[in-house]
Amino acid sequence: MHSCLIVDDSKVIRKVARRILEDFSFDIDEAGDGQQALDRCGSAMPDVILLDWNMPVMGGLQFLQNLRARPAEKRPTVIFCTTENDMEHIRAAMDAGADEYIMKPFDREIIKAKLEQVGLI
Amino acid sequence: MTAPASPFPRPAARCAAAGAAPALRPVTAAPPRSFPVYADLCARYSGLKFSEEKSYLLEARLSAIMRREGCADLDALAAALAKDPSRLEPDIAEALLNNETFFFRDRAPFDELQASVLPRLKAARSAERRLRIWSAACSTGQEPYSLSMMFAEERASWHGWGIEILGTDLSRSALTRARSGLYTQFEVQRGLSTHRLLQHFTKEGERWRLKNDIRSRVRFLPRNLMHPLPGGECFDIIFARNVLMYFGRERKAEVLARLRTALAPDGVIILGAAETLFGFQDLFRPAAGSRGYYSPTLDITRTAICPDSRGTVHPARGEHRESPIAFPTPNQRV
Repeated sequence: MHSCLIVDDSKVIRKVARRILEDFSFDIDEAGDGQQALDRCGSAMPDVILLDWNMPVMGGLQFLQNLRARPAEKRPTVIFCTTENDMEHIRAAMDAGADEYIMKPFDREIIKAKLEQVGLI
Repeated sequence: MTAPASPFPRPAARCAAAGAAPALRPVTAAPPRSFPVYADLCARYSGLKFSEEKSYLLEARLSAIMRREGCADLDALAAALAKDPSRLEPDIAEALLNNETFFFRDRAPFDELQASVLPRLKAARSAERRLRIWSAACSTGQEPYSLSMMFAEERASWHGWGIEILGTDLSRSALTRARSGLYTQFEVQRGLSTHRLLQHFTKEGERWRLKNDIRSRVRFLPRNLMHPLPGGECFDIIFARNVLMYFGRERKAEVLARLRTALAPDGVIILGAAETLFGFQDLFRPAAGSRGYYSPTLDITRTAICPDSRGTVHPARGEHRESPIAFPTPNQRV
């Protein structure tokens, strides 16, 4: 079973994403901002992180930059999942070390397609 | 073209995104009285089966035409169809089709193509340096464009080659969309990696357009697989995925025989993951080690319009053929 950390300041989005990912047999943890997510990754690194862009305390891009700069044995797959859907944001995310990018609104089919892209299902 | 409507309702979010679609008939509802009219039209026009258990999709598929024609229900539209068949038949028959497709669908056939089929054909065609690929029933174009992206990404390896990709479908509206190369946010997120999105698309408003170098390698033509093919065509690879499964056995045999005539003796035909050619071994045999890949049998008399290994062209038997398509090859060089 793969583990997934859902990082989003919206409880509703986290709940929807959780339901979809649990259907694909993922073990789910949640964080409401980038700082909480960094703390979660300190104890156990998930296999994949579903990451929002705009969040309080620490945004998704800053979290990703911190995560990739941190020495770690395991490199988690990071999939941005955000309403920022222009080329500049997408390019910035990929340059910072994201593996895939989902433009909201998402549905089960898109999540599945992206997880297949990164080889997790 | 691709296939008749899926028996499975689309997810709620996507129905909402589609906007005007009315509520679907309950799955348990009896087919409308006019169901046989639509099933017959589908069979005549596209050769595809529209079974009774899919009748609940009729309203959703035909709602736009019903509104346009001022028809209150399916039976009223059937009556209008009877009065003016030449005008309404193509519109209704095309609306009954399912244009479901996406970029790099199923992935494995594309991986297989790159790993084994293309290297073999590249060696076999090293003198003429020309490769012809047909995406039959390509719907809105994602399959032929996926192929075009593959060749663009291997540009150096195919330098100096003429790569001709033909996409055909019987749906005129699907082909119009295919030619535009313009896709929604939802469409570019299915099957397409973000790296490929950045590499091959530009954003136009809320939609994404394929760059010219990808579009210019693909030509689109209307074509009904029920009809005889134009003469003179010979393809090295034919993609015919997820379409044969919707034909009855007799229609399937006819279509396969046609595809066989347009396939080079050492070419391959690629079917969907759930499809087989069991029972048609006289036309095709499974290509070793490649699921969904089939090669023509060695009966050269069936190859009709494709030259054999000595370059001899065998005439077709009993089918009228139009002029072959002409690709503007000079500017298609990779």
